[in-house]
Amino acid sequence: MSGATETVSAGSARTARYFIYAALIVLALVYLLPLYVMLTTSLKSLDEIRGGDMLALPKDPSVAAWVKAWGEACIGVSCVGIKGYFWNSLKMVVPAVAISTLLGALNGYVLTKWRFPGHKIVFGMMLFACFIPFQAVLIPMARLLGAAGLSNSTAGLVFVHVVYGLGFTTLFFRNYYEAFPDELVKAAMIDGAGFFRIFWRIMLPTSGPIIVVTVIYQFTNIWNDFLFGVSFSSGEASPMTVALNNLVSSSTGVKEYNVDMAAAVFAALPTLFVYVVAGRYFVRGLMAGAVKG
Amino acid sequence: MSFLEIKNLRKKIGSVEILKGIDISLEKGGFLVLVGPSGCGKSTLLNAIAGLLPPSSGDIVIDGQVVTDLHPSKRDIAMVFQSYALYPNMTVEENIAFALEMRGVDKAARATAVAQVAKTLQIEHLLKRRPSQLSGGQRQRVAMGRALVRQPRVFLFDEPLSNLDAKLRVEVRAEIKSLHQNTNATIVYVTHDQIEAMTLATKIVVLKEGVVQQVGTPAEIYNRPANLFVADFMGSPAMNMLKGRAVVGGIALFGKDGVIVPIPPSVTGSLTEGKEVILGLRPEAITDESLADQTARSVARIEAAVTMIEPTGSDTFVTGKIDGASFTARTRADVPVELGQNFRFAFNLDKAVVFDPESGRRLD
Repeated sequence: MSGATETVSAGSARTARYFIYAALIVLALVYLLPLYVMLTTSLKSLDEIRGGDMLALPKDPSVAAWVKAWGEACIGVSCVGIKGYFWNSLKMVVPAVAISTLLGALNGYVLTKWRFPGHKIVFGMMLFACFIPFQAVLIPMARLLGAAGLSNSTAGLVFVHVVYGLGFTTLFFRNYYEAFPDELVKAAMIDGAGFFRIFWRIMLPTSGPIIVVTVIYQFTNIWNDFLFGVSFSSGEASPMTVALNNLVSSSTGVKEYNVDMAAAVFAALPTLFVYVVAGRYFVRGLMAGAVKG
Repeated sequence: MSFLEIKNLRKKIGSVEILKGIDISLEKGGFLVLVGPSGCGKSTLLNAIAGLLPPSSGDIVIDGQVVTDLHPSKRDIAMVFQSYALYPNMTVEENIAFALEMRGVDKAARATAVAQVAKTLQIEHLLKRRPSQLSGGQRQRVAMGRALVRQPRVFLFDEPLSNLDAKLRVEVRAEIKSLHQNTNATIVYVTHDQIEAMTLATKIVVLKEGVVQQVGTPAEIYNRPANLFVADFMGSPAMNMLKGRAVVGGIALFGKDGVIVPIPPSVTGSLTEGKEVILGLRPEAITDESLADQTARSVARIEAAVTMIEPTGSDTFVTGKIDGASFTARTRADVPVELGQNFRFAFNLDKAVVFDPESGRRLD
């Protein structure tokens, strides 16, 4: 520490700091630019968009494009907007996130606190499953869903996402519970709590930070998924991402950039919302005080 | 009849035998302390009693009931962990009541029991707090409350004081002692601290590498250690171990130029002439002449060079050296010694014990 302060004078340290901030601000602007274009374009009229100045602020902001994207835009042949697909996505993402998170927690609990012979192999195989490319399983999965009578349904998509998410959620929880003191589990056992009671009453209530991490991760992944959506659903049952693609690519006649942009904003809102709401709990350490360390 | 009995208990983990046939019995209301260095198997033994670690063979009997294969919750035991293991998501009140709740005790009865325990431990003002809002000593007390509230047949303590600072440790130690005296609970307590063992126990078990070295009251363990290991482990500073040789009428210490001291009364048998022995003498049995025990029957006065002086305030520990052999004496605080000079030490041989250097056992 002292070596650094001796060799770097206060003045040059400040210059370096200005430079770092300037670089960070420039980079942040670059990353925010598409969002800015998306938002401003969605508020402009078509004539104004055709004027050509992509970066200009809208002269006469209007939410007409938003209303149209939500309720009237044509997706394929039906012109009912994206709202139905938005709900499709929600109906898929909420149960898929809840189930995969809960099962991941249960797996992590078993793999760390109720170790059985071969637990390492089981965990290794689950991790391995995470890294199999999605494309490789499309056809077997389609056959499986068909056999189970779940093809082209939200339940089928939920199933696929749970199966695919399980590897990651297990990894998250296993690593979190690995550091969870065994003595707490032993104490609960002596106190008379069984397998599930320990899970519900001791483990889950102290897993706040990792639940938040897992939920954000899973929500973002599942909401943004296009490949599974487009492979295992069609028409009315499609999720938002597929509908957005259909909206943008199937417009006939004039391309309504403002409506496309508004629909894209709708598609991005839920993940932003989850991050803004849940991100705050990232930092809250619930484990403080469990064990003197 | 003993209340807690451990019969020929063995535990193997992998190919390593951690416990090699442990036999212990404890009467009701007794305070058993398992003491030994790290890795001696004391925590494994405690976990086996708790049911958290199934033994490979042997039996554990509590109050006449074989509990070896019972689930921890069915053994009617309570355990206080080294890390306290308080549930971080619950208040102190909920922590203490948890075991009762799991056992289906109704809410009103739980509240009464918690209030009573809180009063005993003087933690009533902490009941609504969470563990993270408590100090180390307070957490320790809550952990004890969680054990007490159940009124189990046996309490298990796993090094409960090792996370506390020195001053608090002495305080809580006294609290545990008075708790035992007031409740007459049966306690098994694991520690590596021989002072805790001495102050708390009614019965001490000294373990080394999975083998019981000695079982006895604190006084027995301290005054008549069964072997060199126990003698060395218990007591601070450690017992002086002086090499000697049996001669006619006594034991020759400190080589050729040394002295011949009478055979201590602890040795009732006869020593073969010429046999190598180790004479064990606690530091407090070697002192300056003015402090020498006037009632002692056999005191040897030996002059030695002073090589170190360690004042502790209440006493001064003086290290003497004769012919390469060092010993520590516990003298008056204001004893007139000076480094490098010779000093006359009084050896109280009434307190001495003699060991066989080959087997390490004490000679009777």
